[in-house]
Amino acid sequence: MKGDMSPLLAIKGVWKHYHGHSVLRGIDLEVRPHEVVCLIGASGSGKSTLLRCVNLLETIDDGTIHLDGREISDPRVNADKVRQRLGIVFQAFNLFPHMTVLDNITLAPRKVHKVGREQAEEHARGLLARFGLADKAGAYPDRLSGGQQQRVAIIRALATQPRLMLLDEVTSALDPALVAEVLGIIRELKEGGMTMILATHEMSFARDIADTVCFLDGGVLREHGTPEQIFTDPRHPRTRDFLRTVIGARP
Amino acid sequence: MGGLSGDTWVKSARQVEREKTRRRRALRSGSVATASTVVFLVLLIWLLTASPGWPRVQETFFSPEAFVRALPEVVDGFLLNVKIFLIAEPLVLLVGLLVAVVRSLKSPIFFPLRALAVAYTDIFRGVPTILVIYLVGFGLPALELQGMPTDLATLGVIALTLSYGAYVAEVFRAGIESVHPSQRTAARSLGLTHGQSMRHVVLPQAVRRVVPPLLNDFVSLQKDTALVATIGPLEALRQAQIHASGTFNYTPYLVAALLFILLTIPIARFTDYLAARTQRRRGQ
Ligand SMILES: Nc1ncnc2c1ncn2[C@@H]1O[C@H](COP(=O)(O)OP(=O)(O)OP(=O)(O)O)[C@@H](O)[C@H]1O
Ligand SMILES: [Mg+2]
Repeated sequence: MKGDMSPLLAIKGVWKHYHGHSVLRGIDLEVRPHEVVCLIGASGSGKSTLLRCVNLLETIDDGTIHLDGREISDPRVNADKVRQRLGIVFQAFNLFPHMTVLDNITLAPRKVHKVGREQAEEHARGLLARFGLADKAGAYPDRLSGGQQQRVAIIRALATQPRLMLLDEVTSALDPALVAEVLGIIRELKEGGMTMILATHEMSFARDIADTVCFLDGGVLREHGTPEQIFTDPRHPRTRDFLRTVIGARP
Repeated sequence: MGGLSGDTWVKSARQVEREKTRRRRALRSGSVATASTVVFLVLLIWLLTASPGWPRVQETFFSPEAFVRALPEVVDGFLLNVKIFLIAEPLVLLVGLLVAVVRSLKSPIFFPLRALAVAYTDIFRGVPTILVIYLVGFGLPALELQGMPTDLATLGVIALTLSYGAYVAEVFRAGIESVHPSQRTAARSLGLTHGQSMRHVVLPQAVRRVVPPLLNDFVSLQKDTALVATIGPLEALRQAQIHASGTFNYTPYLVAALLFILLTIPIARFTDYLAARTQRRRGQ
């Protein structure tokens, strides 16, 4: 499946500092079309920072990032144009509270991609129906459950038909019953061929859905491989330690 | 017993009793409030009327004849206040919003505009409104510029707009800053530009939040239309002054005061209502 397709996203030697403290230390990572990459690692290891760098919400301090073969870490690149091709979903849902679900979803298609209102709404309703939220189109975010809000946030990111989805711990603010709903959506996206990078603390989910699992440790990408390999035969002692503490897994 | 089980709910005897108690309580607190208000007012009136200077005060401030005589002209003047207010208010909102938005621009191209906006708010919040009115009222016409209005009420509107625009700009700015940064991040990450994020995501939320403080400034502006009297147009206070100086009776001022109160009370109540509603919304 991975064959020798050229990478959709190529991260090379990326560094990021905050106030003299290095949060990312020379990250290398390639993501091929239709690949699902899970970032795992302790709190503070730099997972969110890496995703924010890819989305150009943070400027990197060294290295390069290429999307579809074009360098996006060049300061002359129009960040708005790059973001139009990426979908990002955050841990807290960040829906717009003053807009209905439908308006939340159609805002970017209408204003950024200049799709007509009718067409945008039709597409949005299609997505809502597909993810079991057809009856919520007219509701405001504060009338939805946490799981529903997060599903809307994912749909909103999907509505612009992004090349790549970045999902940052999209389930960590939810209670277990709601987690399943959201993970269901992500699984469906994978089946639809979406390329995704997920930062997650849900090890069993990472194992289940990822094509590649990357272990981040103090801003260093210590190890990456198939879930099979990472979870049953981690090479790096730090990976072993981490997995032992989070899932008590004994390789 | 109440219908806890099953699908039709029958109010339990306990609940009926509870509601009865609540109604009784509400009734009782209502009557206590009424009684204490009446007692308080009676005491206040007694205190006023029993004071030694009362007869003189009554004659110079509460003379029914003077009241009736001054009423038509003061009301006439008051209509000008209302007019000044109605024209100044939308202008104030416009200036305030514009200045607040300009201050939020990040691009270096806009540096001069941003600096101008900062200077404007700093200066006009610092200078007392009455001074602004003097400066505009006497200064602008003195420039003798082509097309410069010389009508006193118009000059008053300009002065009030300049002065209140600065306050309202700060209110809007506080509103813009109160919108959580994650909202902007979410908008930008969808590919919206700075301007689009501002227009569709930040401003709608900011404006909703600042409605109560804005109304408060409305009330204040509405009163301050009387300051325009100092440069001479025949509004309520000016009319009252003319009457008072002719008769040495101050009742016309009372007339003007009453008119202002009649206008501000509804706005003040509406502000309270909106603030209470926002509070409830937040509780969700
Ligand atoms: N804006 C910022 N300013 C300063 N330091 C920051 C900033 N954002 C993140 N950091 C620091 O960078 C490090 C990595 O943070 P990051 O959010 O990427 O971790 P994470 O792996 O996503 O953790 P978690 O699993 O808790 O979400 C942390 O030590 C954090 O304190
Ligand atoms: Mg994180």
